[in-house]
Amino acid sequence: MIRRLFIANRGEIALRIVRTAQRMGIETVLGASQADMNSLPAMMADEVALVGPAPSSQGYLVIERVVAAAIAARCDAVHPGYGFLSENAAFARAVIAAGMRFVGPEIVTLEGMGDKLAARALAVEAGLPVLQGGEAATRADVHARAAQTGYPLLLKAVAGGGGKGMRRVDHAGELDTALDMAQAEAQAAFGNAAVYVERFVARGRHVEVQILGDGVSAIHLGTRDCSIQRRFQKLVEEAPAPAMPESARAAIEDAAVQLARHIAYRGAGTAEFLVDADDFSFFFLELNARIQVEHPVTEAITGVDIVEQQLLIASGKTLGLTQAMVRPVGHAIEVRINAEDPELDFRPSPGRVVRAAWPAGAGVRVDTHITNGGEVPPYYDSLMGKLIVHGKSRAEAVERLGKALDTLVIEGLPTTTPLHRRIAADPRFIAGGVDTGFLAGLAK
Amino acid sequence: MSDDLPLTAEDVAEIAAILEHSGFRELDLSTRRFRLRVAKGDGAQDGLTQEWQWAGASGEIAADVAGVQADPAAICSPLPGTFYRSPQPGAPPFVNAGDTVGEETVIGIIETMKLMNPVHAGRSGTIAEIFITDGTLVTKGQALVRLA
Repeated sequence: MIRRLFIANRGEIALRIVRTAQRMGIETVLGASQADMNSLPAMMADEVALVGPAPSSQGYLVIERVVAAAIAARCDAVHPGYGFLSENAAFARAVIAAGMRFVGPEIVTLEGMGDKLAARALAVEAGLPVLQGGEAATRADVHARAAQTGYPLLLKAVAGGGGKGMRRVDHAGELDTALDMAQAEAQAAFGNAAVYVERFVARGRHVEVQILGDGVSAIHLGTRDCSIQRRFQKLVEEAPAPAMPESARAAIEDAAVQLARHIAYRGAGTAEFLVDADDFSFFFLELNARIQVEHPVTEAITGVDIVEQQLLIASGKTLGLTQAMVRPVGHAIEVRINAEDPELDFRPSPGRVVRAAWPAGAGVRVDTHITNGGEVPPYYDSLMGKLIVHGKSRAEAVERLGKALDTLVIEGLPTTTPLHRRIAADPRFIAGGVDTGFLAGLAK
Repeated sequence: MSDDLPLTAEDVAEIAAILEHSGFRELDLSTRRFRLRVAKGDGAQDGLTQEWQWAGASGEIAADVAGVQADPAAICSPLPGTFYRSPQPGAPPFVNAGDTVGEETVIGIIETMKLMNPVHAGRSGTIAEIFITDGTLVTKGQALVRLA
C-alpha cells in the first residue's frame, strides 16, 4: 500500500488528489513552485516541498528537481496529475528508479501513447479505425503530408494534449505560420516541438471513454462528450455522450476496452474518439494515459472515485470492479471556469480573486483551489475551477447547470462564466448532441 | 498544512441541504483557519453559494499591472507573460530596429498560461528601439518596443 504520496502538480487537481489520498489514510506531500507555496492545495496537503521557481520550465517540468523533492520528502509514490510531467516516460522511469511507485501506466505504455503517432499505430494494430494523416518531421514533410490530406487539416503536437500545439489550417498559405506557432507551443508545453498532420472532420463530435485496467483485465466507465471546445480547449463536458444511439455508444466503449486489453493497460486512462455527428462512425484520436480534467462527470454518474482507483492500482492491487458493477445513473455536466476574458477574445486574465462564491446544493460539485483572496498566477494554465452538476436526467442536469451558473460570483478578474451562461441557455445545447463547431454558432 | 480536512464536499452539500429546507438564509462559520459562508441567493433564484476564506491563503502578487505607458510611441504588452522576439529558439526575430511595420505585423509573442499570444504592432511605423530582451517576463502594459 502507498503510505506517503508526492503530488507533482498544482491547482484544483492537486487539491482533488489530496482529498482522496487523505480519505484513504495516505499522507500527502505537495511539490509546489514558489508561486504556489501559499496556495490552497499547499495548505491542505500534510507537507509542502519546493520544486523550484515559478516558471514551469524551472520547476514543475524539471524531472530531476521533482524527483529529488519526492525522495527528500521520503515519499513512496508520486501522483503526476494531468499536464506537466504526467505522461512523460522519462519522469516515470526516474520515479521508479528512485524506488517509488508511479501513479500511472507502465513506462512502455507512456512511450507508446505519449507519442501520438505510435499511439495511432497501436490503435490500428488493435483493430481501431483512425483518421487519414501522419508523421511530418521537416517543414517539407509537413507540406507533403498537407498535399495528401488536403485542407482543412490539423497540426498536432506529437507529445500533445490539452489542445496545446494544435492548429487548424484552412489553406496552404497559412501552413507555415501555423506550423511555427504550433511548434513553439508544443516546445513550451511539452519540451518537444514535433508535430504531425491529420485530416479535419467538419461535423465531428469529441467523444471519449474512461477506462480502468490492472494490466490483465480492463473495463470502461462509459462515455464523455467534450464537443464544446474553443481552439481545441474543452469548455463543457458531459457524461454519458447525449443524443447518440445506444448501439453507437456501446461500439465506442467496446473499442476503448479492446485497445486497453491489447496494450495491457494499467491505471486510469481515456481513449478519445472523433465521432461523425451524422452517421456516428468513429475514429480513434489518442489515449490519454493519466487522469483527465473532466473525470468528475464520470464519477458523478458511476459513483466511482477515479483517483482512488488510480492509487489502488498503483499499489499493485487488481481491479476490484467488474463491468457489471458499473451502473451509470443519470446525467452529469461539467463547465470549466477559466481566468480568461470572453470580451477580449479569451485573453488570459491572471490576478487576485477578491471574492469567489461558488454554487452549492443538491447535485452540485465544485472542484477548485480558488477561494476568497486566491491567486491565479500568470505562469500556468487558466483553469480556476470546475462546476459539476448531476441530475436524474439530462434535462434536470441542464436546469441545475443554468441555476448554478446564475448564482456563481467571481470578483477581481474576468472569467468564462458569462460564456457558460450563454451556452447553458442555447437551444442546441439544451437539445444535446452538438458538434465541435457549436461555439462558432453561439449567439453573442 | 493540516492533519485532515475540516469539511468535505459532502459536508458542504449536507449543510446546503439543511439550509435549503430551513427558514435560515445563511450559515456563517468561522474558525482560526477558515471562514465558510453558505448562503441562499437573493432574488427569485434560490440557488445556494459557498464562499471560503482561508487564513493566510494568498499567493505572491503575480505580475502587477505596471501601467507605465507614458510614451505614446511605445507598443505595450497586452498581457503579463514571457516575451519572445522570435517564433522559435534560434530563429530570426520577428522585427529588428529599423524595420517598417504595419498594423498587423507581429512584433513578438507573449507566452501566458502556456499559450503563445502574438503581439501585433497595432499601427504602422518604423521600429526605433526594442526594450525587452528575449525570454523576459513582462507585466501587462509594459513597453516592448518604440516606434520612431
